[in-house]
Order: sequence, then structure tokens, then C-alpha cells
Amino acid sequence: MNRIDQRFSQLKSAARTGLIPFVTAGDPDPAAMVPLLHALVDAGADLIELGMPFSDPMADGPVIQRANERALARKIGLTQVLEMVRTFRRDDTHTPLVLMGYLNPIEIRGVEHFAEEAANAGVDGLLLVDSPLDDAALCAQMQARHLHLIRLLAPTSSATRTHDLAARASGFLYFVSITGVTGAARADAAAIAAQVQALRQQARVPVAVGFGVKDAAGALAIASFADAVVIGSALVEYLQGSGGDTDVGARARAFLAPIRAALDARKAA
Amino acid sequence: MKPQRKTEPEIDFNAYPDAMGRFGAYGGVYVAETLIAPLAELTATYLKLRDDPAFQAELAHDLKHYVGRPSPIYHAQRLSREVGGAQILLKREDLNHTGAHKINNTVGQAMVARHMGKTRIIAETGAGQHGVASATVAARLGLECMVYMGETDIARQAINVFRMKLLGATVVPVSSGSRTLKDALNEALRDWVTNVRDTFYIIGTVAGPHPYPMMVRDFNAVVGREARAQMLTEYGRLPDALTACVGGGSNAIGLFHAFLNDRDVRIVGAEAAGEGLATGHHAASLAAGRPGVLHGNRTYVLCDDDGQITETHSISAGLDYPGVGPEHAFLKDAGRAEYVGVTDAEAMRAFHQLARSEGILAALESAHAVAQAIKLARELPRDALVLCNLSGRGDKDVHTIAQREGIAL
Repeated sequence: MNRIDQRFSQLKSAARTGLIPFVTAGDPDPAAMVPLLHALVDAGADLIELGMPFSDPMADGPVIQRANERALARKIGLTQVLEMVRTFRRDDTHTPLVLMGYLNPIEIRGVEHFAEEAANAGVDGLLLVDSPLDDAALCAQMQARHLHLIRLLAPTSSATRTHDLAARASGFLYFVSITGVTGAARADAAAIAAQVQALRQQARVPVAVGFGVKDAAGALAIASFADAVVIGSALVEYLQGSGGDTDVGARARAFLAPIRAALDARKAA
Repeated sequence: MKPQRKTEPEIDFNAYPDAMGRFGAYGGVYVAETLIAPLAELTATYLKLRDDPAFQAELAHDLKHYVGRPSPIYHAQRLSREVGGAQILLKREDLNHTGAHKINNTVGQAMVARHMGKTRIIAETGAGQHGVASATVAARLGLECMVYMGETDIARQAINVFRMKLLGATVVPVSSGSRTLKDALNEALRDWVTNVRDTFYIIGTVAGPHPYPMMVRDFNAVVGREARAQMLTEYGRLPDALTACVGGGSNAIGLFHAFLNDRDVRIVGAEAAGEGLATGHHAASLAAGRPGVLHGNRTYVLCDDDGQITETHSISAGLDYPGVGPEHAFLKDAGRAEYVGVTDAEAMRAFHQLARSEGILAALESAHAVAQAIKLARELPRDALVLCNLSGRGDKDVHTIAQREGIAL
């Protein structure tokens, strides 16, 4: 069983909301990346989204754009990202990990080659912002390696499109909470609650919500109608910022702890 | 010399793209989910308008009375004599309102925007010609207009930046990545994702997700339709060869499209070879790139082995782009068109030669096409006809040229 399925089934039986932090591979410090991933797990991450740096991240806001530029300046490409996952897996065999990014690096590497390497490294899923629903080669290669191809939905997705996405969903569905780029605006929980709830009825897989969740209050508002909450830009910005502990793992724990606590308190209440 | 004779005769080039927006293996829709529905809506609206006689009549009216069409075909006799080969004919898109072919497309897209009830126009621009053309149509329709432009391009195209401001547009400097056209496109896509409900994105080239490569081609195809009819009327036959510069490829596809099924007409696209293809400092995606995915479509891109899009170089801001329209990728693979590199130095020589022999200052983009026309003319007999798309005028480039030649203005 894929680690993603395992984790969501655990969350369901414990009636917990999943917490999914996103970090860009190689940022803020390539050498501290694997300890950072472990720190995310210590701080209560249920699943990790690891961003694959790309030169033209057209769906990302300034925070993740800069993170991509910094990582690329430090020569972090797909090879280095997969190496980080391999190293992470030596000490963590249970936390699911999803690679997130754009199609071109995967295409250039070769879809089959990538799928094999990703599976061997211990990746559990792939989320591509610009991959079309009908990319048969990619779907087949991912399926053959038991890797989930995570699909995104947006507030603008039509009923037909939502139906198609739900039908082909694998692992979980990622609902983009705002019409905008990553980290741009605060998600308006009230505006999307009905759409996400309807989607959960329709889909055979859990639904995570992200793209505008910045803190514990934001996460809590989403938690009332989603299976998991994704936090990306706000975390990436905090890790990069100058305040607080100099150790990046400690910073990750400081950022995630109140969010984890808020989600758990909700469950207790 | 007609290598295109090898083309499979059964391909009907008018049948592309297919319903999925594909030109063979290229094109398609590779975008964030948020844009899927708006693109589908745009496709449906555009296809309806394309078949609407009232829309086409209004477009034809505007092209005649606002843009100044038809543009003439000019026989560059002195240039042809100097070169000593085939006759070089220039399709004078530089004589259009705003000084380039770009207005053909923005007039059309602005009409689509109005039909869709959008109140805000955004655009990306490299050389600034598309930005000016977008600001122009936005002013005419009373729509708000924001133009995204890389900081590098703002520095080398100051005159066009000022023209856009005079037309009431806001020019937004883009400081990410290489600060050129590709980054302006990224930023415009980010704006569109954010403001998609009230905003119409006028893409300036035949790239981007479907329906843009088709729609932008259709609006520019007036160039080739006109040229084909003019050739038959004025010269009694079709040209032996066509050439045009290719960055994203909108003026080139505009000229080429009406001739694609005329297998005897040789078609050559001139890409920016910058300092030379061997130096790596160029923008020749078709001549030196590989198939990949960029800005919403599958096409030839310039990227490294890790799939990262590489920085390009060209003296001409309008050709400084690491991708290319997917239809050109298709025509290359099908063997229907050839794509070759023209260096900065060759373009500069052609610029000067055209200026001195014919009294025409070409845009640096178009100077690449002129250089290629000169090369083709040299290979062909005197009675052969080479039709070159003079896509824009060079007023915007005088500072760049002066700087390159060490002249203080």
C-alpha cells in the first residue's frame, strides 16, 4: 500500500485533519534539507510536499519564485531532489512524500526514467501544476510504479471537469483555495466550503486544501471541511526570514507547532 | 532547390490544430487548473466568433480603416540588384498603424475581449511592439491595460515604454528570471490566474495554451492571405520562397499560413542566432532546442539537461524567447518549413543595407528576415521571387543600434 493511502486512512480513523507542509528542495540551505524534512515530521507533518525547483514557476507567487531561484542558483535540480528523498528515507520509512513542480524537467528526463528513479528513491506521489489530465504516458508510468499522480482542482473548475478529475483521482485531490498564485491571498474558507464538501462527496479520495493558508487560524477554518491542509509560501517565507532560531529545523518546528496544536485541539473539541 | 518536396503530400496544413489544440505532437493546454475553464470558455467564444459574418465584417472594417490594410508588397529593386540574385519583395507590415504586424492580432483579440464583457486587458511584451499594439486597442475601447515587460527589455526599448504610457497603459517591470519576454509571460499568466474573471489576456505571439496559437495565427493570417492574392494579381504567380523572422513566430505564421498547402513555395524561418549557434548565446529554439513544455504548450524549447529553461540572447528583444509557437515546431518536424539561425551581426548588416539601398529602417527583428532573404536571393536565379515579411519598423531600435555601434545620441 502506498504511504499516502496508509496515512490518510490513519488520519480518518483518528478523526484528525492532515497537515501538509510544502518546502522547496534546496531552500533555504541544501545541506540542511534532509534535517529540515525530519523536523517537519517532528513538528507534526502528516505528508510532505517537496518542491522541485523550476526556472519558470508560472503558478507560483513571489515567495516560492524566489525560493526556486535560490535553489537553482545552488544547482539543485531533479537529481539532487531525488538524492534528498533517498537520504530522508534512510531514517523515515513511513511519512509520505509528494514531489511538486512543473512538467518540463520531468519530460526532459524522460517520464519512464523519472518514474523509476522516483519510486526507487522513496517518492509516493507527484503533483504537476501544468500537466494535462489526458497525459497517458505519465499516468501509465506513475501507475506502473504505484506512485500517485495528484490532481489539482480550482474554484473555477467546471462541474464536468470536477467529475473527470474526481473519477481519475489518485492518492488525494488538491483543492486550490484561491484564484491566484501560491501565497498570494488568504483563502476565504466560507467561499469554498460548499465546493470542497461537494467534491468530498464525489471523490473516492481525500481532499487537501492549499494555496492561501498562512497560519493556525487559516488552517483551522479550512479544517472544518477538508481532509488535510497544505501550508507552503508562509512556511517558505518563515524559513528564509531573519527572526527566531538560526537552526532551520528549529524554525520549522516553531512555525508548525501552533498549527498542529490548533488542528489537534479542534479534534479534541 | 526545393527540399519541401519531400513533405508527405497528404498533410492538409489547414486542418490544424485539432480539437484538443494540438499541431501533431505540439501545442495543447499545459496550464494551472484555474485557467482550464477560462481557456475553454475563450475557445468556445472564439470559435463562434470566427464563424460569425458580423464579427468578420467588423474585423475587416477595422483592419482597413484603423490598421491601414492592405499593406503593400514592395519590390526592393536596388537591394535585389546589389545582392545580384533573385528579386526580393517586402510585405510591408511596418506600414501598419503602430508600426508592426502586432496590431492585426490585438485588434482581433480586443474584439473578442469586448464580446466576453471583460473590462481589463493584460499583455506581455518583449520589444514593446505588442505592448504598444495592446495599449492602442485598449485605449480605443476604453479598457484598463497593464503590460508586463522584463526590466532588461524596458532598458533597451525605452521609446516603446513611453509610447505605452502615452496611450494610458501601465507598464509593469518584471524583475524575475532573465528579465526578458519569457519572464514577462510568466508574470502575465500569474496576473491572469489571479484576475481571470474580469481580465482578458492578449497574448502577442502564437505560443501559450490553446486557443492562443490558433487565434493569434488566425488574426495574423491576413498577412499571408493578402500577400498570396497580391502575388497572383501583381506578379501573376506565387513567390519561390517566403521568409520571416521567428521569435514566438506570429509574423512568420501570419505570412506562411496561406502558403502551407502550396508545396512549391519554399518556406524559411529566420531565428535569432545571437552571437552564433555554437556560442550558446542565441534564441534559436527550433534550430538548436528540443521538444519540451513551456508557457502552456508543448513545443521546441531551449533548456538544459535538467529541464531548466535557459537564458537566451538576441540583439532583438522581440526574438529573445526560449520557446516558439507549436505550429512552427509541427512545420519543422513535418519538413514543410526550414528554420535557420541569423546572427546579430548578420541582422545588423542587413539593417544597414536595407536602409541605404531602399530608404527603409527595419525593426531589428525584421532585419533577421531581410538577412535571410538576402541569403536566399543569392542562391536563386534573377527571375526568382523571394517574399520577405518586413514585420515592423525600426524607429524603436535606433538607441540599441547607436549603442552597439558606439555612437552617442
